[in-house]
Amino acid sequence: MLPGSQLMEIVALSLKVSVTAVLLAALIGIPLGALLAIRRFPGRTTLTVLVNALMGLPPVVVGLGLYLLLSRSGPLGVLQLLYTPTAMIIAQTILVTPVIASFSQQIFSDLHHEYDEMLRAMRASRWQTVLTLIHEARHALITAILAGLGRALSEIGAVMIVGGNINHATRVMTTAIALETSKGNLRLAVSLGLILLALSFAINLALHFLRSRLERAAHA
Amino acid sequence: MPESNILPLKPKGRQEAGAGFLISVDALGYRRGGRSLLDAVSFELSRDPGITVLLGPNGAGKSLLLRLIGGLIRPDSGTIRFSPDFRGPIGMVFQKPVLLRRSVRANLLHALAIARIPRRERTGMLARLLVAADLTHCAESPARALSGGEQQRLAMARALVGDPGLLLLDEPTASLDPAATAAFEALVCKVAGEGARILLVTHDLHQARRIADDVLFLHKGRIFEHTPATTFFRAPASGEADAYCKGTLLT
Ligand SMILES: Nc1ncnc2c1ncn2[C@@H]1O[C@H](COP(=O)(O)OP(=O)(O)OP(=O)(O)O)[C@@H](O)[C@H]1O
Ligand SMILES: [Mg+2]
Repeated sequence: MLPGSQLMEIVALSLKVSVTAVLLAALIGIPLGALLAIRRFPGRTTLTVLVNALMGLPPVVVGLGLYLLLSRSGPLGVLQLLYTPTAMIIAQTILVTPVIASFSQQIFSDLHHEYDEMLRAMRASRWQTVLTLIHEARHALITAILAGLGRALSEIGAVMIVGGNINHATRVMTTAIALETSKGNLRLAVSLGLILLALSFAINLALHFLRSRLERAAHA
Repeated sequence: MPESNILPLKPKGRQEAGAGFLISVDALGYRRGGRSLLDAVSFELSRDPGITVLLGPNGAGKSLLLRLIGGLIRPDSGTIRFSPDFRGPIGMVFQKPVLLRRSVRANLLHALAIARIPRRERTGMLARLLVAADLTHCAESPARALSGGEQQRLAMARALVGDPGLLLLDEPTASLDPAATAAFEALVCKVAGEGARILLVTHDLHQARRIADDVLFLHKGRIFEHTPATTFFRAPASGEADAYCKGTLLT
């Protein structure tokens, strides 16, 4: 049985990888979603379809693709990122970005539709318009980010392939559960599983709380 | 001009000039889906401050016309010209109020910020706007939780931000109670008296009689008449306007 400190190490790495990936995904996904919702440009429809299709991207496939890029003989092999937390962060960022972008697009396109004429009647600049929409979207965007975090934390296929499940280096909750289960170390697997479950419950609770707050604030 | 103690109005130069137009609408056309929604609409709004009431049955194109004048949509043909000395923004109140998901106070502060009112002036203006729209008691309430009439009053307060030279009001009293309607009409007359031109859509003929200086009658996307209110209500020139006032106009 792993000592408690090692358990903590695994949970901490899980959170570090997934939270970093989700923050990066939000930095890319929210502006991308806003762009797709608000601006008209050639290729917009294609990009929208692509983003929505990528939402269902199988994590193993992302892991495999990234593995081929990062492996020693791959085009990015010189970076020596394979089997590092950085590789895991990249993989999860790829997985989560379409989720956040797609949610954001829906959120911004509803708000834009609703407020466009009002803001133009007020002679709001483009910058003022964007800031207003972001402010109006804030609760809904947090739910999008939490949904992304849920996907990142529970995903195993990508982190297993590009992380390698190396003890003290790249072992996260999902990969540790898989390993300990296969070793027959069920008590540890179950306790890790319970922690993961608790985290996921906590995230969903936060989601629910935010959504009801949003509805109360909106009252519409 | 009397100094306003309700609204942040600055003295305007334009009301001294007697002649000429504030807005000249010429042969305006707007088509959608093979239907001509506005057809050869022409009229002028005088640069004298005052209230023009736009009347017409449902679907006549009144809201469309307001959105065209407000610059929110483009006409397919024709022009809208503003007099060169037109100053100030155009305040709009939509038929359905569009309010931000924030408190009443935050909605008004947002409008003041968009209008680039200096920060130190905002608090005073906010207080005056809340009083003008009689919303002081619910300043902290979420705007979307207000009653329909309160929402319309908030939309009106917001339209007054930045001292508009022209106010486009689309059925602003449709869901106000008689007292709020009376207060609203007093406010509109006051704003007009301070130098703004007001174009107001209403289906309330009593209201039109009370506040209109002149009347525009729109039917099936065409202007049937534009006459001083007294003339219009004594005897409308067109049979359509007459029928509309009697409630016998078929659309
Ligand atoms: N974008 C659009 N595309 C197609 N038809 C439109 C569009 N906007 C308005 N219309 C049509 O134009 C006509 C006039 O609409 P408008 O809203 O201006 O009427 P209105 O005079 O304001 O009526 P009401 O008194 O009911 O508010 C309606 O028949 C409406 O269906
Ligand atoms: Mg209308």
